[in-house]
Amino acid sequence: MKFGIVINEGPYTHQASDSALQFVKAALHKGHEIFRVFFYHDGVNNGTSLGVPPQDDRNLTLEWSGLAEKHDLDLVVCVAAAQRRGILDEDEMGRHGKSANNLAPGFRISGLGQLIEAGIQADRLVTFGD
Amino acid sequence: MATLHTVNKSPFERNALESCLRLAKAGSSVLLFEDGVIGAMRDTRFSEKITQAMGDFSFYVLGPDIKARGLNDDKIIDGIQVVDYNGFVDLTTEHDTVQSWL
Repeated sequence: MKFGIVINEGPYTHQASDSALQFVKAALHKGHEIFRVFFYHDGVNNGTSLGVPPQDDRNLTLEWSGLAEKHDLDLVVCVAAAQRRGILDEDEMGRHGKSANNLAPGFRISGLGQLIEAGIQADRLVTFGD
Repeated sequence: MATLHTVNKSPFERNALESCLRLAKAGSSVLLFEDGVIGAMRDTRFSEKITQAMGDFSFYVLGPDIKARGLNDDKIIDGIQVVDYNGFVDLTTEHDTVQSWL
C-alpha cells in the first residue's frame, strides 16, 4: 500500500517526528511504499542541517536523511513554512539574498501542491503533529 | 467505510479524545498513542467514558508509548488492545481512512 505522511511539528518539540519516523520504518519493513513525507508548519524544522543535539540524544534530521537515502524517500519541506522559519536551500538562499543555506541532505523544498498530490496518489495519508 | 481515529493527547491536557468519541461514527476504531496512552489507563475520571464507548468503537493503544512513560500494560482498561508500530501500520491499512485528532 502507498502511504503519504504529514509532519506538522518540529523535532524535539513533542513526539510527532519520532512517531512518524517509527511508523515509516515499520511500514517500509512491512513492504509498503512511502509515496512522500511532507513537512508542514513547524515540521519544516526537521529539515535543518544545523541542529546539533547532544551526542547521547537521537538526531532526527540525520535519521530522516539516512532513511531517505536508504529507501529513496521523497522528503518535501513546504516552501512558505520554511521561508518563515529560515530553512533555505541553495536556490532559496540566492533568491532571497541570504548568506547561508541549511537544508539537510535528502530533503527538498516545494509547495503545497506536493501535499495535495500525496493525498491523491497515496492510499492512506497519515498526519503526525501537535 | 471504517475510519481509524488517532488521538495523541492526554484527555487531562486537551479534549481531543472527548471530541473524537463524540463525533466519530459507530464502527470506527480509536488508536491512543503518544500522550494519548494516558486515556487508556484504568481508574481515571475518563476510564468510564472509554468503557461506555466500547460498544461503538474498537480501542487500541500503542505499547511502546506506554512503556516510554513508565506505565504498565496491566494498568490498561480491559478491552483495549495493545499494538506496536507494526500493528499501527496494519490498523491504517485495515481501515479506509485515518483521521488524526491533533
